[in-house]
Amino acid sequence: MSTPVPASGDPSGSMAAHGSRLDPHLARYAARTHGMTASEIRALFSVASRPEVVSLAGGMPNIAALPMDVVAASVAEMLSKRGHVALQYGSGQGDPILREQICEIVGLQGVHPHPDDVVVTVGSQMALDLVTRIFCDPGDVILAEAPSYVGALGVFRAYQVDVEHVAMDEHGLIPEALRDSLIALAAQGRAPKFLYTIPSFHNPAGVSQPAERRAEILQIAQSAGVLVIEDDPYGLLGFDGQIPQAMRAQDAEGVIYLGSFSKTFAAGIRVGWAVAPHGVREKLTLAAEAAVLCPPAYSQLTISTYLATQPWMDQVKTFREVYRERRDATLESLEQHMPEGATWTKPDGGFYVWVTLPPGMDATAMLPRAITARVAYVPGTAFYMDGQGRRSMRLSYCFPEPDRIREGVRRLAGVIEEELELISTFGTAIGAPGTHGAGAPETTAPGPEVM
Amino acid sequence: MSSQRIVVLAGGLSHERDVSVRSGRRVAEALRAQGLDVEERDMDAELIPSLVADPPACVFPVLHGAAGEDGAIRDVLDMLGVPYVGSGPTPCRVSYDKPVAKAIIDAADIATPEGVVLPHASFRELGAQAVLTAVEDSLGLPVVVKPTKGGSSLGATIVRNAAELPGAMVTCFSYGDTALIERYIEGIEVAVSVIDLGEGPFALPAVEIVPDGGFYDYAARYTAGMTEFFTPARLTAEASAAVAAVALRAHDVLGLRGISRSDLIVEQDGSVQFLEVNVAPGMTETSLFPQAVAAAGLDLGEVCASLVDGAVELDAELS
Repeated sequence: MSTPVPASGDPSGSMAAHGSRLDPHLARYAARTHGMTASEIRALFSVASRPEVVSLAGGMPNIAALPMDVVAASVAEMLSKRGHVALQYGSGQGDPILREQICEIVGLQGVHPHPDDVVVTVGSQMALDLVTRIFCDPGDVILAEAPSYVGALGVFRAYQVDVEHVAMDEHGLIPEALRDSLIALAAQGRAPKFLYTIPSFHNPAGVSQPAERRAEILQIAQSAGVLVIEDDPYGLLGFDGQIPQAMRAQDAEGVIYLGSFSKTFAAGIRVGWAVAPHGVREKLTLAAEAAVLCPPAYSQLTISTYLATQPWMDQVKTFREVYRERRDATLESLEQHMPEGATWTKPDGGFYVWVTLPPGMDATAMLPRAITARVAYVPGTAFYMDGQGRRSMRLSYCFPEPDRIREGVRRLAGVIEEELELISTFGTAIGAPGTHGAGAPETTAPGPEVM
Repeated sequence: MSSQRIVVLAGGLSHERDVSVRSGRRVAEALRAQGLDVEERDMDAELIPSLVADPPACVFPVLHGAAGEDGAIRDVLDMLGVPYVGSGPTPCRVSYDKPVAKAIIDAADIATPEGVVLPHASFRELGAQAVLTAVEDSLGLPVVVKPTKGGSSLGATIVRNAAELPGAMVTCFSYGDTALIERYIEGIEVAVSVIDLGEGPFALPAVEIVPDGGFYDYAARYTAGMTEFFTPARLTAEASAAVAAVALRAHDVLGLRGISRSDLIVEQDGSVQFLEVNVAPGMTETSLFPQAVAAAGLDLGEVCASLVDGAVELDAELS
């Protein structure tokens, strides 16, 4: 659009050959930064933090239910007894006592590793990052559910990995769809490095794989020689008190299990783990040391002391009830307010409900209007690498009070009604391609600090 | 005043909150670099009680979007008797509404693109296709569709063929209930900032905007590297003088004060078209105003401090 005006009279003398792009490092960035652009959708989430907005967007755990006086006492005890350890470098693989404790915890899900098979990480996010780092070269392909966790997609993008999404239904990953994907990739001469799955209380879909489906998926993966990465941050948060058996319980060599204390204790502690066979574990440890030298000793000893001295499973049960109440408020108000044509999942645990809007709607394009109406959600496109998800959205019920959730869903229903009217007026599917959320998926999702 | 502190007001509840917060942070840091005592505050329920309990020397509003740019906060500050940087409430209200501003600009014989203003209701009541056909027949293509209120190109689309019009309207109505549809003007896009440091308003060097994608949308505005800027703009001396004159005239006829930024197009023949004016221009690392300040050889902190001084002096004169 911009061409210099032809000279009439004397030129200004200021016609520089090159202007400024306000970033002297442009020529240095790696190719993987392509798509890391400012996003008006992501910017909207800064409004979501305001108290006037009912945010059903962020996935921040409800740590108000955590007894801070107990935690504080636990930390004080830890420092008094082991402060010299807590404030020093430690093992790159993680504290040995904590690794034993993690073995006890995963034992509840049928996983019985040796403590040496556990690598403690800075959140399970780091565990996923390390797994991707040691297995994937740029251009490799992996399989992930459709939709998948936005934090995982960010990792895969950072390592320039191609993601093939595999369909889910109300019971999670569809085995037949997995078979079809593997066949299609084989026809292209491509072998996926791994299948990334969240089998319990999926983020963002809220669904869970029943036992028989887990077995079938494992059988398919084994037959195809595909490694499975089982990401399980919500496994202990089933509302019926039942703890699903992990996929890792059925296959110690073919499954790498990722866990976290973020939802069962506190996200800010930043302690997660990977359970992996010895060959993988050795490489994960080396990779972890290269990344952070060692996981924070302070955090590890804090959680270790807490686990050893406090009825931590009672706290998990408290969390379950907190989230159950909120799940119920969400589902009841969706039932009450959503228009015909909208569908949603009905989670039995975890934090999320996946809502799919009536045909023709675009949750990404609708978000500005939702913010105006003082309600926030995460558009479905954030959870896909390939632009899918426009009709869907993730609602997080973990943080707001139940009455706020009900108000939020009521507001959301009003926004949907207005949007349907807009569609009716213009008779078109909304959202021109290449506009909203055209960059990386994570540019249409909030950062972790958004409630 | 019981305090010499300056309150930088940023954030708010608009779609541009994120930009406002970053702009506010930068203004606050720039003022602190001048040795001033600065407090950053959001526009929330705590603001008025805090201003009443401990009135600052001056408020520097860096709010974008409604309530920040539509004059509302300035009306409140006037009621509280707190000086503030920038224009008064009525000029803000007028300038924030693009069609109203354009009407005043047009009456002052400043060229502005031909356009129509259409609320959502008109499409519903008259039939979208009929209205859009009339738009295409009247204005031709391409056109620019944008909300009548708001900045950062939110909700704005350049429409080059008729099939894109419905989608552009819907995108626009995601951000507001009324659309401004203007004839698209080919030319050099420039932003001309006007400031008054005590000796009367003067124009800073024009910033020429060349976005890689051809449209200065949100990503192009706030992602370093996606737009190339030429400051001063690559204009002839005549054209440079013309854009400065238009920006100053707009600042004057709209009754603006202290600081403004006019967005203009310079056509092939050198004529200048006014697009819109901003009474609280962005101050982020990729924003246009700071680039203009730097090109003028000025320091952002010194400019902001002078604006504060001017606001305080004006308040004293009017008291």
